[in-house]
Amino acid sequence: MDLTLKIWRQKNADDKGKMVDYPVKGISPDMSFLEMLDVLNEELVNKDEEPVAFDHDCREGICGMCSLYINGEPHGPDKGITTCQLHMRHFHDGETIYIEPFRAKAFPIIKDLIVDRSAFDRIQQAGGFISVNTSGNTQDANAIPVNKHDADLAFDNATCIGCGACVAACKNSSAMLFVSAKISQFAALPQGKVEAEKRALDMVHQMDVEGFGNCTNTGACEAECPKGITLSSIATMNREFIKASASTKQ
Amino acid sequence: MAELNSNIPAGPLKDKWTNHKNNIRLVNPANKRGIDVIVIGTGLAGGAAAATLAELGYKVKAFCFQDSPRRAHSIAAQGGINAAKNYQGDGDSIYRLFYDTVKGGDYRSRESNSWRLAEVSANIIDQCVAQGVPFAREYGGLLDNRSFGGVLVSRTFYAKGQTGQQLLLGAYAAMNRQIGKGKIEMYNRHEMLDVVIVNGKARGIIARDLVTGKIERHGAHAVVVGSGGYGNVFFLSTNAMGSNGSAAWKIHKKGAYFANPCYTQIHPTCIPVSGDHQSKLTLMSESLRNDGRIWVPKKMEDVEAIRNKTKKPVDIPHEDRDYYLERRYPSFGNLVPRDVASRAAKERCDAGYGVNATGQAVFLDFASAIERYGKEQAHIQGLDENDKAIVTKLGKQVIANKYGNLFQMYEKIVDQNPYETPMMIYPAVHYTMGGIWVDYNLMTTIPGLYAIGEANFSDHGANRLGASALMQGLADGYFVLPYTIGDYLADEIRTGKISTDTPEFEQAEKDVVERLEKFINNKGTKSVDSFHKRLGHIMWNKVGMARNEKGLTEAIEEIKALREEFWKDVKVPGGRFEYNEELAKAGRVADFLELGELMAKDALVRTESCGGHFREESQSEEGEAQRDDANFFHVAAWEYTGVPSEAILHKEPLAYEEIEVKTRSYK
Ligand SMILES: Cc1cc2nc3c(=O)[nH]c(=O)nc-3n(C[C@H](O)[C@H](O)[C@H](O)COP(=O)(O)OP(=O)(O)OC[C@H]3O[C@@H](n4cnc5c(N)ncnc54)[C@H](O)[C@@H]3O)c2cc1C
Ligand code: SF4
Ligand code: FES
Repeated sequence: MDLTLKIWRQKNADDKGKMVDYPVKGISPDMSFLEMLDVLNEELVNKDEEPVAFDHDCREGICGMCSLYINGEPHGPDKGITTCQLHMRHFHDGETIYIEPFRAKAFPIIKDLIVDRSAFDRIQQAGGFISVNTSGNTQDANAIPVNKHDADLAFDNATCIGCGACVAACKNSSAMLFVSAKISQFAALPQGKVEAEKRALDMVHQMDVEGFGNCTNTGACEAECPKGITLSSIATMNREFIKASASTKQ
Repeated sequence: MAELNSNIPAGPLKDKWTNHKNNIRLVNPANKRGIDVIVIGTGLAGGAAAATLAELGYKVKAFCFQDSPRRAHSIAAQGGINAAKNYQGDGDSIYRLFYDTVKGGDYRSRESNSWRLAEVSANIIDQCVAQGVPFAREYGGLLDNRSFGGVLVSRTFYAKGQTGQQLLLGAYAAMNRQIGKGKIEMYNRHEMLDVVIVNGKARGIIARDLVTGKIERHGAHAVVVGSGGYGNVFFLSTNAMGSNGSAAWKIHKKGAYFANPCYTQIHPTCIPVSGDHQSKLTLMSESLRNDGRIWVPKKMEDVEAIRNKTKKPVDIPHEDRDYYLERRYPSFGNLVPRDVASRAAKERCDAGYGVNATGQAVFLDFASAIERYGKEQAHIQGLDENDKAIVTKLGKQVIANKYGNLFQMYEKIVDQNPYETPMMIYPAVHYTMGGIWVDYNLMTTIPGLYAIGEANFSDHGANRLGASALMQGLADGYFVLPYTIGDYLADEIRTGKISTDTPEFEQAEKDVVERLEKFINNKGTKSVDSFHKRLGHIMWNKVGMARNEKGLTEAIEEIKALREEFWKDVKVPGGRFEYNEELAKAGRVADFLELGELMAKDALVRTESCGGHFREESQSEEGEAQRDDANFFHVAAWEYTGVPSEAILHKEPLAYEEIEVKTRSYK
């Protein structure tokens, strides 16, 4: 396949940035999207030009590092996958593809297609954990049985890879889906219950501090989430948050 | 020359760890606040260590090259984590987990370490559950288990096919708790480029901020390296793209011995290579072998028909299929260990029976499992067990519950539906059992420098059984290092803050900068990746699944020549003070070009076959690996001298008190 790529180039956070056209030739439909960019980058290096910077690591859809906005969608057109799992067979010969970074105020651009998602880490640091010492003195794992339905629900929420597609897809740049995934994971487990109220308040507070927008129930996040985190997580989170706000303990 | 003393505590194997913990020196909590520890890596090993050290009261600085600790390569582990819990009542015990580990490693691991690993394994599961790791559960609310290659019990805990992710998010959460409290300073997008040695002790590191390009000095009383494995020396592997051997190689060059570098695990169930463009290989978890049956056609005409697509795999009748693992190894069948399964696949493909266009693939077939589970479900639900449609539908549901995400992953990559047609798989480079030599305390030959997780060598021997790397990473990080490091740090309470304004830091920084400048100014004609790919070819063809004297000797010379060419002709665009991925890659490939040579040397010297190291000269008549205990019952620990293949070999003799060393058989 021969394609025209329109790629966002921006030298660093202070640079203005612009779209630049790159033709690529002989792309195999079996290549992944990132492998297609590897081919482009190899050509650029050979021509003494700077390759396009983009984030990636595992290339199996699990680390959450890759983050491209492809033809107006985070992670591209295919559903339920990350950019590194997108294959070129979803495109056709002669097509023009727009490639841009995830955009949100809380995700400043580092270079080209790379953005800084450390705001996500700071939200987790505010309360995305269960306060247990890693001492090895914990009770036997089977001492507290967990209903299979709850365990599965916790797992489904725990699969969030922290990619930020939900933020990029949202017209308000809200981080609600991401935050609600962690809150819902722990809300489903007995281990997480003790500090549930504090967790919800602290994480939501940090989300505001970081400059993420509010949720207006548009649902774009759910539609673009590669891991199938659902709006019902946001409902759980809102419930936890309201409960905590109303509680006199806080 | 450093002394090779494994510091294994005296006493009976079963009591060594307990006694050692009781006797090890402790650091007073008030003094801990004055002690700095650097942790390189935030995978399972580094993340768990950083969290625990901080919790104990040490001041921790943690480093990773990704944008967040949560993205360390450990996140990708699929299948599960072992622990001797005997929840299934199938006869498991610490002894059995220990025994399987030692046998699986072809009697080339350190007995005391393997025992300790088995001993603390049960604790790991308790710890992770307390942290909210959502392991798979049965309907009764108790934890579920599966089994893995090389063992006959179900001791593997799992969270669908995303166990590594869940465990890492657990460690990441524990870290976050400490970062939130200000006990860990986290350095994301930072790469350690050298270790600084002062008066023979590790006293800090030189790191590069990958965003600004700034070089930084960080001092500490001890440095812990949990930087993962070096499988990417082969270019194509199941490792994440950024995984590299640089941190380990840098400390090796500063005096830490590198042990058993040639032990590379080739994983039997990966998606085969499809073309030249490929950047990495994707693993299909070994847990699939619990239900999948591996076969190739018996008749060559069927092989050809499948290749030219005139027949589909499902058209080949049962009696014309060669279930070669079941045929050769009746007691373990499809669940033989990885090295055995990989070699058997290679043997069939080399004989011409490979089933894809390149001839390098075998089938992993779920049809029998779908039928078996379907019938079971139909029976439970009171439906007609002879209705094929119902049975297939129910069977597929069971398989989807167990392996859904893996099947989806396969379909996305290969564009075939594995519920309908068998998967195609082939072995690929996966895990490196070799690594930095450490003693029982996990300290390297440099005082104050520790290595944990995949970066060290000690627990797995020549072949790692499935689901044991996650166990080792967390054991080292949560339960072993935090104790053993106290023994060293107890002497450091009066040292005071480590200054980074010393000649040693100065020199190390200067060397690092010079090397970076050299890349930028080299203005060669070939990209970094082009060299990496060429190195990978040499490694796979000559230091890969089967090795011989001729190939290894050639490999050493070819790598040397390639390294020379690299330094003359590599091209790195862009500048030093900016985000520059090519520059970072250049440094890593430069190190691989040295490490690869040492791997070949180690493989050349070890003229026996053991585990993942198969010397063609050393095999039985049936093609099974043949060990040479008389000559190679030792750890090969290499000391750097300037040229990797001229490293000096030190031997740590292995001794087994508790078990009888036997020929490994899975028949
Ligand atoms: C696809 C796949 C599936 C697997 N499945 C299983 C399984 O089911 N069960 C099992 O037991 N094992 C499995 N493994 C193996 C297991 O995942 C790894 O061995 C293990 O996770 C390694 O953990 P680690 O903490 O030692 O290193 P890693 O997780 O690799 O972490 C390395 C860390 O070091 C950092 N780092 C490296 N170099 C530097 C540097 N120079 N400067 C700063 N930071 C640096 C990285 O940023 C990262 O944080 C699997 C592996 C793969 C690839
Ligand atoms: S909720 Fe979904 S889209 Fe958002 S960070 Fe998690 S995985 Fe990505
Ligand atoms: S590179 Fe890891 S999810 Fe895409």
